[in-house]
Amino acid sequence: MTDTPQKTSSGGLNKAHVAQFMARQGILVAFILFIIVFTMANPRFLAVDNILGVIRSSTIIGVMALGVTFVVISGNLDLSVGSMMSFSTIVVLDLHDKLGPLLAIPAMFGMTMCLGAFIGFLVGYLRLNSLIVTLGMLSAIHGLTLTYSGGKNMDIADKEGTWFDVFGQGVVFGLPVPILIFGLLALVLGLLLARTPFGRQVYAVGGNGTAATFSGIRRARVVFLCYLMSSFCVAFAGMLQASRSMGSQNTVGQGLELEVLAAVILGGASLMGGSGAIYKTVIGVLILGFIQNGLLLVGLEFYVQFVVTWVIIILAVWLDVAAKRGKLWSPIA
Amino acid sequence: MSNETTKDLIKSGAIWGFIVLELIFFSVAGAYLSLSDNAFMDLDNMLLLLKQSAPIGIIAVGMTIIMINGNIDLSVGATYALAAIVLLDSMTWPIFAGLGNWVIPVAWILALLTGVVLGAINGIIVWKTGVDAFIVTLASMLGYRGLVFMMNGEQPTSHLNWTLVDFAEAQFLGLHTATWFLLAVTIILWFVMTRTVHGRNAHAIGDNREAAVNAGIRVGPHIVINFMIIGFLAALSAVVFYSESGSVNPNDGMLYELWAITAVVLGGTKLAGGYGSIIGTFGGVIAIQLLRKGLGHIGADTETVNLVIGLILIAVLFLDRQLNLKGEEELRV
Repeated sequence: MTDTPQKTSSGGLNKAHVAQFMARQGILVAFILFIIVFTMANPRFLAVDNILGVIRSSTIIGVMALGVTFVVISGNLDLSVGSMMSFSTIVVLDLHDKLGPLLAIPAMFGMTMCLGAFIGFLVGYLRLNSLIVTLGMLSAIHGLTLTYSGGKNMDIADKEGTWFDVFGQGVVFGLPVPILIFGLLALVLGLLLARTPFGRQVYAVGGNGTAATFSGIRRARVVFLCYLMSSFCVAFAGMLQASRSMGSQNTVGQGLELEVLAAVILGGASLMGGSGAIYKTVIGVLILGFIQNGLLLVGLEFYVQFVVTWVIIILAVWLDVAAKRGKLWSPIA
Repeated sequence: MSNETTKDLIKSGAIWGFIVLELIFFSVAGAYLSLSDNAFMDLDNMLLLLKQSAPIGIIAVGMTIIMINGNIDLSVGATYALAAIVLLDSMTWPIFAGLGNWVIPVAWILALLTGVVLGAINGIIVWKTGVDAFIVTLASMLGYRGLVFMMNGEQPTSHLNWTLVDFAEAQFLGLHTATWFLLAVTIILWFVMTRTVHGRNAHAIGDNREAAVNAGIRVGPHIVINFMIIGFLAALSAVVFYSESGSVNPNDGMLYELWAITAVVLGGTKLAGGYGSIIGTFGGVIAIQLLRKGLGHIGADTETVNLVIGLILIAVLFLDRQLNLKGEEELRV
């Protein structure tokens, strides 16, 4: 009588262990295999300049992913980052010629963070569904950007006589500035999330909102600050984008929200909230960047990435869910 | 009890009140602001409005079932585009060269099958992996768009079949072909949702999935069927629209999911599932189309529509929350 439940429980544990291992290391194992295959296909894949190139081109997605990590850990979603980045890119380019870079950058940060504060108010204080709110804001901010720019592309008139290009194109100590900014931001935000009371509150709210409320955490305020953080990072990304290209279309950030989310999920943050970390997100960003780069290097069109990203997102989330319930397949009949 | 009835009345009547308000507003404002001499409430204008509602409307009606189920489908825009390309491309395939005008039904069936298959893929992933529908369809929104590009390249596909155009532009009893399709889909799905076992199960699953499982409803296959229905309807919407226009761009259908969801939420369907009305969604579709047309009529930029739609979605979300408040959720602060 006593043996039977023990047997079943140990069997279940075993399966859970396998699932747990797959969830933790499955993506990493797949990624290492991927690197080996693609290096054999094209040795240039692991050359230093290619690696630096990949990291550099991942910085814009990466910077946004840092902010979205906060939102996801707090148990919400942000689908508006792509169109918000279009907004901040267009605004900073426009203001650059009107006010000069020194005033344009803080002004753009202010405007972008107003949008973030608005979303934070809706999701945090009014407790609206974050998926639908940010989907609505995706459309609303897109309209705002088009209205602001009058539908035209923005360009900096005098590209030679400004120091604004330093953020996107400069090199310090042999390292491209965007990589330095990304690294520094990741370090600061990583410490904020892992080492401060605020960071612990973010995990608590995402893990169990009701329990967090009962233990005296002001849930609405934490969610609000997460969205503010997300928009702060988006403003950084917009600045990098504007400074790199010195001119931009209205739709520069379109669709990036999905890549950002893919990077965060790949890093192992659970979309149900409560788990994830900045360093994991950085790893997710790099995995995504190398996969995209590898596909391009073997000569596939850019849109093959879409299909690959689709498969990757589903696999990553599936592994996460499977590890939580200890079974690969859903028990729904 | 009477309080509940009042709330239900407000919910089901609100959308029609909103439509009347829009009609009054745009008629009055149009008289002062419009550049054209035509009145807004013109019969031809209203018939055209119904026809233009059809593409979004057919999708939105399908989205209602999905949302009553407690799920969501964000990939409808990409499904729409892929079905459109299959429709136009298959008419030029050499194997069908000898068919003459019989190629039309063949192309229609192929396009509709595409939709059903894409929907089934979503549904089966949701069922078997247990990953939330919004993540699965968010990812396939990207993946299906990738398939569109892989099939089509980056150039538009065009193929005009005049027999087909004549059919699509025909008017029967004063209503256009597209309008008839919209009405037929609305009536059939209204019947399914209110008078059949499938409809009752859909409400039960959305209301309480655990209870539905315990009551012996096969939740998994039910969900797959619903995703196949919405895939079919997204394809039908493409078939109706592109039969007339004859040219599809790989980016077509973007943000259609947003319009459809807005219409559904406007129509009073509960986001959490379990409650919703097909007729209400029909009203929501009309309201949105009135808004788009009306804003154009009073001379607003087309870009403004995105802004207004996004904000209306958020406003409706807020109202939905206020009307659906439950005591137990109310942990303030």
